[in-house]
Parts: sequence; C-alpha cells; structure tokens
Amino acid sequence: MNYLVIGNSAAAVGAVEGIRSVDAEGKITLLAAEPDHTYSRPLISYLLAGKVGPERLDYRPADFYEKFKVEAKLGQEVVAVDTAAHTVATKAGEKFSYDRLLIATGGRPFVPEIAGLAGARGAFTFTALDDARRIDQYLKESAVKEAVVLGGGMIGLKAAEALLARGLQVTVVELADRLLSTSFDRAASELLEAALERRHAAVCLGGTVEKVIANNGAVSAVSLTGGRELACQLLVVAIGVVPNVEFLKSSGLKLGRGLVVDDHLRTSAPDVYAAGDVVEGWDFLAETKRPLPILPLACRQGRIAGCNMAGRDESYLGGMPMNAIEICDLPTISVGLANASGEPYEVLAVRNPERRTYRKVVLRENKIVGLILIGDIDRAGIFTGLIENKVDVGPIKHLLLAEEFGLLSLDSEYRKHMVSGPGIEV
Amino acid sequence: MKRIYAREDLCLGCRLCEIHCLVAHSKSRRIISAMTREKGQITPRCKVEESGQVTFALQCRHCEHARCLEACMTGAITRDPATGVVLHNADKCVGCWMCLMSCPVGAIQRGREGHVASKCDLCQGEAAPVCVANCPNEALLFEDREERKK
Repeated sequence: MNYLVIGNSAAAVGAVEGIRSVDAEGKITLLAAEPDHTYSRPLISYLLAGKVGPERLDYRPADFYEKFKVEAKLGQEVVAVDTAAHTVATKAGEKFSYDRLLIATGGRPFVPEIAGLAGARGAFTFTALDDARRIDQYLKESAVKEAVVLGGGMIGLKAAEALLARGLQVTVVELADRLLSTSFDRAASELLEAALERRHAAVCLGGTVEKVIANNGAVSAVSLTGGRELACQLLVVAIGVVPNVEFLKSSGLKLGRGLVVDDHLRTSAPDVYAAGDVVEGWDFLAETKRPLPILPLACRQGRIAGCNMAGRDESYLGGMPMNAIEICDLPTISVGLANASGEPYEVLAVRNPERRTYRKVVLRENKIVGLILIGDIDRAGIFTGLIENKVDVGPIKHLLLAEEFGLLSLDSEYRKHMVSGPGIEV
Repeated sequence: MKRIYAREDLCLGCRLCEIHCLVAHSKSRRIISAMTREKGQITPRCKVEESGQVTFALQCRHCEHARCLEACMTGAITRDPATGVVLHNADKCVGCWMCLMSCPVGAIQRGREGHVASKCDLCQGEAAPVCVANCPNEALLFEDREERKK
C-alpha cells in the first residue's frame, strides 16, 4: 500500500500513528509545505515569549519519521490534487502518486481587507513557526515599543501575552463585546480582561482596526472604529483561521466551509481522506457540520483516518469545541455550548470575585452541554466526560458547582464504568 | 495491561496512598523531607475522594484511547509502546491544561512542581505502584483485568 500524507501537524502525525497501528509495512510519504520537523503549533507563542527554546518545539521526537518509516519530504508545497489519476503535484513540479491520500493541510489565517495593511512592514499573522521567527526578527531590528493585536481569540490572546513578555505595551482590539467571544460570556471575559490589565495590557472591545497608518512603509499607528488612533510599531492580525483548501479548488473534491468528509473521514473522492483544521467535521452538540479547528480533534481525526486508510473500519463520532488556555497566569477552560442561554438551556454559575474564579455549567434537558471554568479549573475533564457521554445529571445538579465535586458526586454505576474502563466492569 | 483498581468497600480513606505517592515522586524520596522541606512543591498523583461512607483512591486509568494523549499539544504525553503506560514528560510540558480538560475521570492535576501537569506513572521502576503496595486494607489492586476477562 502506498500512503501519501499532506501536512505535518497534529492530524498528519495522528494519521501516521494510525496507519502504523494497523499496517507496519506500507510505504508512507509525507509532504509538508513548511521545512521544519513536526512542531507544536501552539508553542510558537511560548517561543516568541522566550518561555521555550527552539529545541522544545518538536511535536514528536527527532527520530519520529525514521521510527514510523515515513519518507518525509519537507518544504514541498502541494498545489494540486488529481483524484482521477491518484496523483498530487507540488510547487516544485514534482508528482507523487498514492493508493490512499490524506489531506491534513490545516488552516490558514484569515486576513480581512484593511486599508493600508497590504505590504506594510511590521504587520504579521501568527499561526506558523515562521511567523514567530519573523516577529522575533522584527522586534530585534526595529524599535518597537507598542503593539496592537487585532482579534481577542485564542491566537490573539497568546500573541498578546507573548508580546507582553517581550516588554511591549500591548492593546488587544476585538470586534465583539468580549474576549474569546465564541466560547466566553461577559463574566468570563471580565476576569480575563482584568488579568491582562494587571499586566498593563489594554483591551478595546466593540471595535476593529479600520486603517493601518505607515511611516516609510512600516506600521506606525492604527485607526480604530470611531476614529481613535493608536500608535503602534507592530500589528498582529489574529481574526481567525479558515480551512486551507485553496489548492483544492480545481480538484473536484466537495468543499463546504471546509473539506467535506463523511463519518469515516472520507472525502467525496475515492481513496482520499481528510482530517484536522482543513475539514468541516461533525459537531455532535450543535448537530451540524462545521470547522472545529482544535488540536485534540485534529489528532483524533488523524488517527481514525489513518486507521481507515489502512483498512480498519472506525467511525468518527464527531467533536465539540473545547479549549484550555492560560493567559497571564489565569487558567481558563471552555467546553461545548458554553455561551448558550435562554430556552431550552439552563445555566448554573458561581462567581467568586476575591479568588477571581468563575464556574458555569450549561444544561439542556438535564444534560451538560457547556462549561466555563476560570481560575479554578481542577477536574474539568469530568465535566467534559459528562458532556461527551450525554449523562443525565438531573439528580446531581446541586453538586455540580460544589467545592468537593468529583467522581464521587456521580451515579455509582457511571463512576465504576469510568474507573474500570469500557468493557471491564467491576 | 496491569492497571490500578480501587475497592470502594474496603477503602478507609486513610490517604496513605497519597502520602506514599508524594514521597515516591519527591526529590529526596524520604517521608520527613518530602513532608517538610518539599512540602507544597510536590503533588500526589492519586487522589482520595470522600463523601459520607464512600471513599476511594483514584489515579490515571492509562486509557486505551487516552484523551489526554490526543489533547497534548506539546508531545509531553506519550504512551510507552512496550507497556501501554501513558507517561507525562514534565520537561516538555508548558502547563496548557488541555489534558486536564480532556481527562474524563479528572486524574490530571496542575502540579506544584512547576507550571506543569502531574499524573500517575504507575511508579515506573518499582515492582508495583507504591499506593497499591502500601494500602493497609488492600483497597487498591494492581492487576490485568483484560486478561482475566479473556
């Protein structure tokens, strides 16, 4: 069997591991646009902050490709897929054939049209290792004192935190009325804003960057909604990511908001699979297909796609949004429909201003469907498990936000099942 | 694989498992130092839950499809291919808490040893995990139930 994997992050690595768990001998070739050994994408903010060195970026050990018998062709960008001929073409003009293909090209940063942005030096996106290297270089050779981060999502906040660590005066600009707007509510955002402000970062909500002002071609200020001007020598655009499917436009593969896959992570063409941020996957809580660009799902989808490519029959049951992020020493977790309110949702919440904690559970028909934990995040996974396993928590509702909440709060049968492992009941 | 199983009906809630775990994962590996000089800097990787008459000790289940493993963004969590044990490398961990969010039994803690996660390693190098070996009431068992099932 001749396997071809496009990509080199969580989904691609998961697929390699999945294939090898079934097929020890088949030929695996991996093509990646970036020249680097597989690295942890979220760690780029830690690198920029100086919290980890380049040697700690590896997502898998240095001998990964060798150990898993992968021929890794790094720095080879795929520009076209021919599903009829079972080949892909690279930018360098090489062709690779496959028996089974995995597309795991991830996401690419979404950059809106902003006057003056195109071509301005000192403006960056922040999703790849090269972005971190370029920003680092720029900080070293230019006199940067102030930075603006456009976008108060995961990437924007981690970028802001890193720039604070580099000693800059940072302003986060977010269009919504709160930070992490897809998963946080106002109460959660307030704690996060306070954590940033304690580090002397500024947060501007309800507006965006209308115009980038340059001096000799380099960013010198931005103009915000309403006309306010902010001096800055560095701008990070972190509005979000979209599935990286541009190169598939001519392939005939069915595209929605991302690459469309079925419950076995097969695309619309025979022998072509896809996983990770590039796909439009099943969200089992929202009961819809949509891109869910988060690492745990990328890794899981990759493993399942890899197993299926190698001939096993494994279904992907869908995922839900979930994120753990710590900003300026404030740990936070959000899972599922964390922001849902009104009928048919029931919201339980506890706030402790002194301890700077906030904990909220969202229920739908007595089942947990959403979670926000700020400050006090211990044992969060128990909630995640209850959401995934669609457990009726009606009888223990009053215990969910209690200090001593734990496995003991749960129904003893569920507890024993969890503790013993599926199929091995006590 | 061999895993640790708790017997709720026999657990007294004495927390000796937590103490032995703490000592085994301390720098000094001596109970006095661990409980004095290193106090507050080490985390027991097993946790006794207690409510009324019911108590039991809980550690990492070393799941077959480990959620923490797929959620780990740095590659700090790995599975030993020979033994199946799910291991955590504190030197690679940055404390992002994705594993903590993903573990359905809540067996991963924010460690006090630094800004990193902390979880049971089944006492690598020991004949049996110290929590099991030192449980006075045999409320913890270390056995292969998959084998027994077969």
